[in-house]
Amino acid sequence: MAGSLTQPDLNQVRAWLGEVPDPEVPAVSVMDLGIVRDVRWDDDELVVSITPTYSGCPATSVITLDIESALRMKGIDRLRVERRLSPPWTTDWISEDGRRKLEAYGIAPPAESAGDGPSPFDRFLRKPLTIACPRCKSENTARVSEFGSTPCKAQYQCRDCLEPFDYFKCI
Amino acid sequence: MTGQDALFEYLLRLSDNALILGHRLSEWCGHSPALEEDLALSNVALDLIGQTQLWLSLAGEVEGKGRDADKLAYLRDARDFRNVLLVEQPNGDFALTMARQFFFDAWHYLLLRELKGSKDARIAEIAAKGLKEVTYHLERSRDWVLRLGDGTEESHRRMQTAIDDLWMYTGELFESDEVDQAMAREGIGADLAALHEPWLGLVRATAEEATLTLPQPGWAQRGGKRGIHSEHLGYILADLQFLQRAYPNATW
Repeated sequence: MAGSLTQPDLNQVRAWLGEVPDPEVPAVSVMDLGIVRDVRWDDDELVVSITPTYSGCPATSVITLDIESALRMKGIDRLRVERRLSPPWTTDWISEDGRRKLEAYGIAPPAESAGDGPSPFDRFLRKPLTIACPRCKSENTARVSEFGSTPCKAQYQCRDCLEPFDYFKCI
Repeated sequence: MTGQDALFEYLLRLSDNALILGHRLSEWCGHSPALEEDLALSNVALDLIGQTQLWLSLAGEVEGKGRDADKLAYLRDARDFRNVLLVEQPNGDFALTMARQFFFDAWHYLLLRELKGSKDARIAEIAAKGLKEVTYHLERSRDWVLRLGDGTEESHRRMQTAIDDLWMYTGELFESDEVDQAMAREGIGADLAALHEPWLGLVRATAEEATLTLPQPGWAQRGGKRGIHSEHLGYILADLQFLQRAYPNATW
């Protein structure tokens, strides 16, 4: 019965999705991360298009499940979550709000725009990026490893406050 | 061979390279020289297995016989695998793993960059997705070749040995057969021979900076793309496929 007479407004749906946390980085929502690419009504069925951050990210299927259960809780019965691969996800899609939340959570947000991505052949020649410590804001930091606890992060350490932290790498 | 058959073959090559190398890297999980490297190798493995899933699903769709990515990964025999010999070589020491990775990443990067422009939109979008990940892999593996090559006497010796031992498996990466040629002609696949120059340029520059010596061009081991593998693949598959073979259709 619920939702069958009046379809919830898409802005309302987006607001609901803004409360669905990313399973691996719960400080940000799936909207903040830019994983939700489109929300639309296909007749009386709600279609949510999502894109994976990394091809092998194990969180992708959990995200689908979380979105489905969150929207069902709001009374949406006819629902389809579809995967969209193109254009590929980029950290440029993380919202300003998302970047602030990441930093407050202790994860340094991506330091530059991914753009088209310079070829590694050029990238090898340039200076490494400066990543500021999310705790004390010092720029005196060092990379510990290119990868961290999830595919989307790298490990850094602050040389001033000595705090180890995650950096949300740029792709 | 029809166009669809050639496309299926081509997709198997793309997926099997990612699958077998991803599996090899996952063997390091819990055994790496440092925790950070354990995480990194597992993450690269994860990227490659994720790419495998995309390629193999598409392969199954193109084949049209109801085989999905899992069936293709778990229920094919060694002769039906199409990966190049390089990726099935045992992990050896950390230097060998990183040398193998660097040779593969540099080639993989160039290949996906071409495939991003494939006339087959399904291939183009998987390549575009994978390219972002592989760009990162390449930076890391190149970095390790430099650090170990231009490191201590011991690390230099190990990296030089790794490069010498793996060199004969790099030739196969650039050889085209009728499948590659048909795909390249139709604008679906890449011209593999054209990748050799840029690949060699990067490998040469890296070796020089790492104070390593590249072997002279010589005999190239080949066969993987046609299903003729080294003895190592069977052991990989025994490990990879055991569960589905022993308990068909098991799920969790």
